[in-house]
Parts: sequence; structure tokens; C-alpha cells
Amino acid sequence: MRSLDLTRISPQDVRACQEIASEAGVDVKDCYQCGKCTAGCPLAEGMDLMPREVIRFLQLGAIDVVLDAKTPWICAQCDVCSSRCPQNVDICSVMRAVRQASKRAGKRPVPEADIFDDEFIANVRAHGVSNEQYLAAAFNVKSGHLMQDADNAVRMLTRGMVGVTMHNIEGRAEVAALIDRALAADAARHAARETEGGEA
Amino acid sequence: MKKYAFFPGCSAQTTGVSFTRSTEYVAERIGFEMTEIPDWNCCGTSAASLTSPELTVALPARSLAISERELPGRDVVTACAGCFRSLKTSLVYARESEENLAHLRELIDMPYEAKANVVSLLEAFDDDEVRQAISQKVVRKLRTLKVACYYGCAMVRPAGICNFDDPEDPQSMDDLMRLIGAEPVDWAFKTECCGAAQQMAVPKQARPMIERIFENAVANGADCIVTSCPLCMLNLDMREAEINRSRKIRGEEPFDIPCYYFTELIGLAFGGTVEELGIDIHFHPAELLLLQRELDALNLEYEEMIAAAEEKRKKDEMAAKIAAKKAEKAAKAAAAAKAAEAKTAAEQTAEGEGAAR
Repeated sequence: MRSLDLTRISPQDVRACQEIASEAGVDVKDCYQCGKCTAGCPLAEGMDLMPREVIRFLQLGAIDVVLDAKTPWICAQCDVCSSRCPQNVDICSVMRAVRQASKRAGKRPVPEADIFDDEFIANVRAHGVSNEQYLAAAFNVKSGHLMQDADNAVRMLTRGMVGVTMHNIEGRAEVAALIDRALAADAARHAARETEGGEA
Repeated sequence: MKKYAFFPGCSAQTTGVSFTRSTEYVAERIGFEMTEIPDWNCCGTSAASLTSPELTVALPARSLAISERELPGRDVVTACAGCFRSLKTSLVYARESEENLAHLRELIDMPYEAKANVVSLLEAFDDDEVRQAISQKVVRKLRTLKVACYYGCAMVRPAGICNFDDPEDPQSMDDLMRLIGAEPVDWAFKTECCGAAQQMAVPKQARPMIERIFENAVANGADCIVTSCPLCMLNLDMREAEINRSRKIRGEEPFDIPCYYFTELIGLAFGGTVEELGIDIHFHPAELLLLQRELDALNLEYEEMIAAAEEKRKKDEMAAKIAAKKAEKAAKAAAAAKAAEAKTAAEQTAEGEGAAR
């Protein structure tokens, strides 16, 4: 674990960490740092901060460390951490909240993970369903990993699993409107919270 | 049997086509009725939940609201574990409070009461009536096939949402496999994550997850892995070749462990062909093992027949010996009785003679 100058943590930093916790629906003070989340995490070895450390830095108010961490972007959302936590801290939900806060702050420590999700939602917004072959192609182009899974694409084509036909649902305009409403509601909630925080 | 509304999910006609094919094959034969929700849309899966809480609950709610309107009174069943978790997350949110439900109605701009429950296909099959229907249709038991039942994470976690089976050691798929004669092995990775979409987004970090699943299945004596999720299947089955390439480079033994959907194996036990069930289009060769185990099962049956005949022969032989012994004993007893009778008669005669004297 790295050293951290606690005197440099501002009240705003502490409040930003509390906001993430409240967005995730947890009280980070519940965590007594046993490390069971980390022990069970199937992706821990590829993370820069252990799941336990993410919670620890939130407890300390070290917002920048948390928002710059790759960990929440590497997390596969398998929920093993939350399900085994003896204190019922929903770590998996914290990972989501950190990721969203990190993105709102204009950061993306693992660009590929961000591109994948954005392309996925864009695909659903355009067609109502996810067209896997076009999602993969768009991901490769935007992430710069042009040849990723190219051999597998050929294997899928020869098996007739994917083709060039785009699957569209009739209500795709409805789905696009739904996505826009949901994202607008999300943004409005955060804007309201910021105003509230500013007043306080 | 209970009738369901069916949510196929985006992979149903593409990468998960074998799951759809085998599900339809089995459902038709056991009278499991499900009707596709008209104009359903993508559940949003982890991409939505990582983007926004509002999007997480809104995307599945549209399909659930359509189902409520078009297929009233029916619970929703979905084969894909990812779809299951998304739909159920939205449903649990809607049922938490009137306020949540009202918010959801606003987001989807449709009437919605959250009346119908959401279950996975595995959960729908985890039912006495369905199990009975399955066992009645089995024409060929998949004996000698050692299966590692792989549930993945989304089928059981979060437990508060999924509310299905044991999140650490689920048994529903193991029970179904026993029902068709297969032999489930005990193993540690039943609900370990396959990496899901992270196999695409962060492949370097995520690949070891797949390798560990294979390793643990093999270490516990499994011939194959049985899944209940099209994304788990794709991650394991499609990427086995790549993992084997890197294992060879590292000087490690490559895996030869096919993956099947639980519905494919049930269909096989019903007498379905690999083509009918979609087993022929798997990435890792999946047919040879099944033929080998079919032969093993026939050999086992033959050995059991011989053993049963030998046992019967021995039993008959012993029964004959017992009968002979009993007859011998009875004859001796009769002879002894006769001798005693003669002796008594002789004594009586002697007594008579003595009295006369």
C-alpha cells in the first residue's frame, strides 16, 4: 500500500467520497478491512488497487486515488465480494459508483472498458437489441485493437452464428427515447446533488 | 405445467443459438410452454448497470411491461443468466416501493405493475413437475459422463436479487444431470465468474479466470463443463483453443474439455441428435466425448449384464445346494424317525413278551 499525506485531503474530498458511498447505498465505515472481498475476487491479480483498498481510500477521503484507480474498470461485476462480505458492504455496487463518478470527472483509467460499455449502449440505442458482430467491430475500431478476436469472428461466421444482417426491433425509437430519459434522470439527480452539496 | 412468457435475449439467434435450439427441443417434448415476448429489447446487462442506475432498471422494464400487457398472468422465463440478473434487478427495484414503481413507469413511459415474476430457465426446470416430465422422456441415460455443473455468477448472485439456489454450492443443475444419468463431480468453481464482457474489454487480466475454471474442473475429474448461460459458454468454449495455445507455449498440457448447455445434454438423453441440439457447431470439438461415453455406457451395461447373469447363476447354484441340503436333512430326519418308530415298536413287542412271561 502506498503512503498518503492525509493533511492534503480536503473536506470536499471527504464529501466526494461520501457521495460515492451514498450513491452505492453503503456506509464505508462498516468495513473493518478483513480482506475477504479481495481474497475472493477473481480479477484481483490484474487490479492496481485491491477491492479492500478501494474501500479504505474511500474511508480516508482520498478521492483522487479512487477516481484514478483501474480496479473499478477491471471489475467484472460478479458480486462475489459483496456476497461474502461479513459486514454486508456492497463492494460491487461501490465499484459501479466509483466508475460512474470517475467518468463524470472526465477520467477513464481503462479506456477499453469505457469504450465497450458506451458502444454497447449505443448499439442498443440504435437497434433496440445488441448486435454482437457490430459491437465487436465498433469496439475494435474505437479501442485500436483492430485484430482482437478476428480469428473468432471467422469461426462464428463459418458456424452461421453471426452474419451481416442487422437485428432491429420495431420499437427501437421507443428504446432510444427510454435510454435518453434514463440518462437525463441520472444527470438531473447528480446535478441536484451537486447544488445541494454546494449549498451545504 | 406452468406457462411462461419467454425473454430470449440478444444472443439467442447468434452466439447462443445452440442454447435456443436445445431449449426448444426439450421444452416441446416435455410440454413446457413459453411464448416469446413481442418486440422485447436488450436487457442492458452490465453495460447498463455500469452506466447508470436509472438505465439499469429502465431497459428491462420495457420488456416486462410488454409481457404484462400481451401475456398477462405469465411469469417471465429467460435462458441467459445475464438477462435473468438484469430483469430480476429491475423487478426487485419495482417491487421495493410504490415510489420506485412510479419512477419506473415514468422512465419507460408505459403502464406497468410489476406483477409477473422473473425466473431463469434453470429455475423453471428446478420443479417437481418438470423433473418428472424429463425423467419420463429419457430414452438414453448419459451414464459414465462426468460433468462439472457450472452455474456462473449471475444465476445466483446477488442472492438478495436472484433468490435462487445456494450462491456458493448450488445443486439444481446437478440434480437435473443426475436425473438423466450423468455423474456430477464436486468442484470449487461452480459459481466463479467467467469474466463476462471483461474478456473483451480487458482480455489480459480476464483470461486467467477461464483457465482456472478449466483447471479446477479437470482436477476434480470432470469430462466436460455444463453451463446455463450463453456468455459463460462463449467465453469458455470459444476461448479454449487460445488458452491451449498459450499453455503449450508455457509447456503445460492443453485442455480437452468440451462445454455443453444443460439443455443439450437433456435433449441428448431424450434421443436428440447433435445437429438437432446444436452440439455440432461448438468451437471446441464436443461430439467425440459424447460418442466415447455412449460406448463406455454400453460397455458398462454389458458388464453389468454379465455380472447380473453371473450373480443369478451363483444364486441359483446356491439355492439348488440349499434345496439339496434341505432334502438330505429331511430324508435323514425321516429315516431317524422311522428308526425310532421301529425301536419303539420293538420295545413294545419286548415289553409285551415280558408281560406275557
